[in-house]
Amino acid sequence: MASTFFRTIQIHPFLLYPTALFSRRNGVLYCTMKSSQTQTATQEKQQPPKVKVPQHALKKTVDKITRDYEAIIGIETHVQLSTLTKAFCSCPYNYGSQPNTSICPICMGLPGALPVLNSKVIEFAVKLGLALNCKLSLNSKFDRKQYFYPDLPKGYQISQFDIPIATGGYVDLDLPLEFGGGHRKFGITRVHMEEDAGKLLHSGNGDYSQEITSLTSIYSYFSKHTVDLNRAGVPLLEIVSEPDMRTGIEAAEYAAELQRVVRYLGISNGNMQEGSLRCDVNVSIRPVGQSEFGTKVEIKNLNSFSSINRAIDFEISRQALLHSQGQSDQIVQETRLWEEGAQKTVTMRKKEGLSDYRYFPEPDLPEVILTQEYVDSISNSLPELPEAKRRRYEKMRLSMQDVLFLANDMNVAEYFDATLSSGADIKLAANWIMGDIAAYMKNEKLSINDIKLTPQELAELIASIKSGTISGKIGKEILSELLAKGGTVKGLIEEKDLIQARLEIIVYPYERTELNFLIADPVEIGKMIDKVISENPKQLEQYRGGKTKLQGFFAGQVMKLSKGKANPGLLNKILLEKLNGQS
Amino acid sequence: MLSTIQPPRYLSRFPLRGRTKSRPFHILSSVQPVTKTAFAADQSQILSIRDSLLNRHLSAVELTHSYLNRLKQTEPHINCFLHISDPDKVLKQAQDIDDKIKRNEEVGPLAGVLVAIKDNICTVDMPSTGGSYILEGYRPPFDATAVKRLKDFGAIVVGKTNLDEFGMGSTTEASAFKVTANPWDLSRVPGGSSGGSAASVSARQCVVSLGSDTGGSVRQPASFCGVVGLKPTYGRVSRFGLMAYASSLDVIGCFGSSVADTGILLHAISGHDSLDATSSKREVPDFTSQFTSASSLKSRPLEGLRVGLIRETVDAGVDSGVKSAIQGAAAHLEQLGCVLKEVSLPSFSLGLPAYYILASSESSSNLSRYDGVRYGNQASSDELNALYEESRAKGFGSEVKMRILMGTYALSAGYYDAYYKRAQQVRTIIRKSFKAALDENDILISPAAPSAAYKIGEKKNDPLAMYAGDIMTVNVNLAGLPALVLPCGFVEGGAVGLPVGLQIIGAAFDEEKLVKVGHIFEQTLEGYNFVPPLITDVGGASA
Repeated sequence: MASTFFRTIQIHPFLLYPTALFSRRNGVLYCTMKSSQTQTATQEKQQPPKVKVPQHALKKTVDKITRDYEAIIGIETHVQLSTLTKAFCSCPYNYGSQPNTSICPICMGLPGALPVLNSKVIEFAVKLGLALNCKLSLNSKFDRKQYFYPDLPKGYQISQFDIPIATGGYVDLDLPLEFGGGHRKFGITRVHMEEDAGKLLHSGNGDYSQEITSLTSIYSYFSKHTVDLNRAGVPLLEIVSEPDMRTGIEAAEYAAELQRVVRYLGISNGNMQEGSLRCDVNVSIRPVGQSEFGTKVEIKNLNSFSSINRAIDFEISRQALLHSQGQSDQIVQETRLWEEGAQKTVTMRKKEGLSDYRYFPEPDLPEVILTQEYVDSISNSLPELPEAKRRRYEKMRLSMQDVLFLANDMNVAEYFDATLSSGADIKLAANWIMGDIAAYMKNEKLSINDIKLTPQELAELIASIKSGTISGKIGKEILSELLAKGGTVKGLIEEKDLIQARLEIIVYPYERTELNFLIADPVEIGKMIDKVISENPKQLEQYRGGKTKLQGFFAGQVMKLSKGKANPGLLNKILLEKLNGQS
Repeated sequence: MLSTIQPPRYLSRFPLRGRTKSRPFHILSSVQPVTKTAFAADQSQILSIRDSLLNRHLSAVELTHSYLNRLKQTEPHINCFLHISDPDKVLKQAQDIDDKIKRNEEVGPLAGVLVAIKDNICTVDMPSTGGSYILEGYRPPFDATAVKRLKDFGAIVVGKTNLDEFGMGSTTEASAFKVTANPWDLSRVPGGSSGGSAASVSARQCVVSLGSDTGGSVRQPASFCGVVGLKPTYGRVSRFGLMAYASSLDVIGCFGSSVADTGILLHAISGHDSLDATSSKREVPDFTSQFTSASSLKSRPLEGLRVGLIRETVDAGVDSGVKSAIQGAAAHLEQLGCVLKEVSLPSFSLGLPAYYILASSESSSNLSRYDGVRYGNQASSDELNALYEESRAKGFGSEVKMRILMGTYALSAGYYDAYYKRAQQVRTIIRKSFKAALDENDILISPAAPSAAYKIGEKKNDPLAMYAGDIMTVNVNLAGLPALVLPCGFVEGGAVGLPVGLQIIGAAFDEEKLVKVGHIFEQTLEGYNFVPPLITDVGGASA
């Protein structure tokens, strides 16, 4: 049976778990999908929080109690690297492929197979280490972390133990204004390289809080649980924070900043829903003023930034309530699971003492030796990182709201920067991007890379409006054309006959207002006014009889005639002269 | 003249059967016209086969037939193989070679060479069990790099040889499937763990074979079976496809009935492999370029070669017969022009405990993958932990379990520093002391084992006595050095005496020197015949 089982994997991966393939995709770990990919922490948090603290009636009391305690929060983050191939073999990894279609003797842990390190993993680790302001270990090594689990083919995970590749860094971030704003600096304990495990595919209700050891027969075990090794051996960077966070929102923003950093670096897609960015959060509380830490609880199954935020706030309330009721002994070291549906954490497993992973140096892999030149060359190739970007935008006198919006998404920031380098006005460029363009992207569900409008044309558009060549209103019309179809501002203006009197024709003593005006030729405007006046002799009579309010009527008619292109200041001035019979 | 050199008087003189009997090796006598001189076991069979095939004195099919016949007759007595290739397929491969030769097409340098592979080395579509019940029936989807290279060179795999389970043992008795006998005395062990590979070459069931050497598993059985065993430098040969026992010590090694054959075989499998991160990128010199035939040797061909006899290896605890055989070999080297002196390696005795801690520690990790989940024998069980426990309890033998337990203990929190870390420190000391000794000497020599082959069952219930037998070899693995073992004499035992192996240790990646010295040594050592009586009794009868 055993060898058949094995050979099936080799020959016909699709038939490995015949009944498992199609029905079991939903119960997969890290797979509670909820929000769309481009959602960001800030955007999520703009939704009203839907926290259901133990019982609604208790909420006020809990808030009051919570104030007496301080929460200590640390986060372990696993970032899945977007290398072309896995960490130690040449299998590609694509999220969502059919189970066991991207496996080989090495990532299956077959007898005699050996790991060979993908050098991209080192490069990405160095990039992240530098981006998180860490000290890099020029001599590090891999170690084996040993435990048995069906998703771990070799019976050990290749990881780094006592000499991680990067240590002692920090991350800077700015809290969103709606959460009070403010700058924060959180410590990074270490960054190390390791490999991912496979996935257990659970059948049935997908409730994996149920430990699989409690199943009743091995027959049912393998009919209900299968292993997908596609993810086994995919490279990860584990980032361990210092216990520096105090609230759910700080933790969520920390995770969001890590996402920004890995996306800016291009080392991971940072997608939480696909499990490319996974956060395990440790929470403990202590009475305000106490120096020693309380018992810490680990929370898993956090699939979005808002669930990090809400799970932590729930957990703080839960622990605070237990404390205040004299039941602090019920806060035990355990792993709890965030249940998105119920909006609460539940016990997943209690820790039975410390696990002994029997780490020892991986003898199959040589030591990892970095030269300073290598580190320097990577350091020189780093892009501008989110924090630097935010500080630069801040110096441009953009509001913090604008800064956070623009720097949040690397592509948006790049677009903004490209628009500026084409000569656009800073504030106007920011407004267009955050206003009409963002709205368009949201409606059409597009990313900024998908829109047809180039930053150069946006700059052109802004310049055209600013110079008065077109009005703001027409600018918006042109914008939607450009967004959907592309093209140039000049081309569209000409095509639609939106262009008007050249400025050089203007030899008129009137001052231009800050308003946008197009037809600035007094002769042309005069002709239109003459036309309107001659067509409305009755109104002219009334005006001249003292009903001067009718000036507005005439102005409106002229504007209508000009299709909104007449310079209103000029129009009124000439109109007034004509109505008062000066010509 | 070299041919006049006689074994020193104090050398054991048991098997003086050599020249008096008819050629034991039937098929090779037909090679005679090619090599002009009479075939002797100390000359390369691989080169002879190549000559006779290319000169059409012999067909690959004829050659294969004769080996398969001998295999069929001897195998019931010695049980070398866990799996024997389908004879039709083997003959088909031989036929293909003959056809190519007929068409004047190029054939590989190992064309028609029948090779046996230790069963912990993966072979595609052929069982590869590592001698363990937990992998019974397991067929890997790939060839080990070493096997692939042999096949690419035209070698024909004749079967998979018996071993101590996953290489853990020194007698081949720890195999889950069968006990292999020593062709020199069927009541004795062939040594281990590569006992099947050594015995199959000794019994001329194949031309050469691959083994693996973690603590002496090629060299000790070579000594016990009277064949040549070559353990290369760590990293010289890819480990890809070798079931890991102790990754930092494991190497694939070569067996042959002559130094030349093991040299040619090693050359074929050496070199960097992108699938093994620990394989060396060093250039592989042509070890065979150093071969000089006996007739063209100078009178003192090894003039000035500095040889250090490791004092600690000829101390108390070493069989007196073995000691005198080694002293005889040393005297022979002196006669060849070597400058012999004793060297002391004070850390030598530390090697054994350090080795058993490191090897057990690594094995406890390497064997974790045998969990019954993806391949191999799986116990039927009600829940996950029981599945693991029962699959492993039933799948592993007691020696393997003992080492997993020892290794798990040594790596446990609180014990790591006292055991694993300390053993690593000892390893560093040993490596340095060997380096120093090899800076002052070109080669070091010692016995390959403290005794000749002992009786089956004799040490089975005394693991410490068995472990102590590895004293001569484990240091070399800890230092990662290459070592050659070649038969140099006999001690009393069995019907005709039992062979004793001389171990020659060289500097890292200096296999070339070992092969050169060994080749001269075996060509000039007169008066011995290292073909076991079994062949003449059984194989000869068929001739």
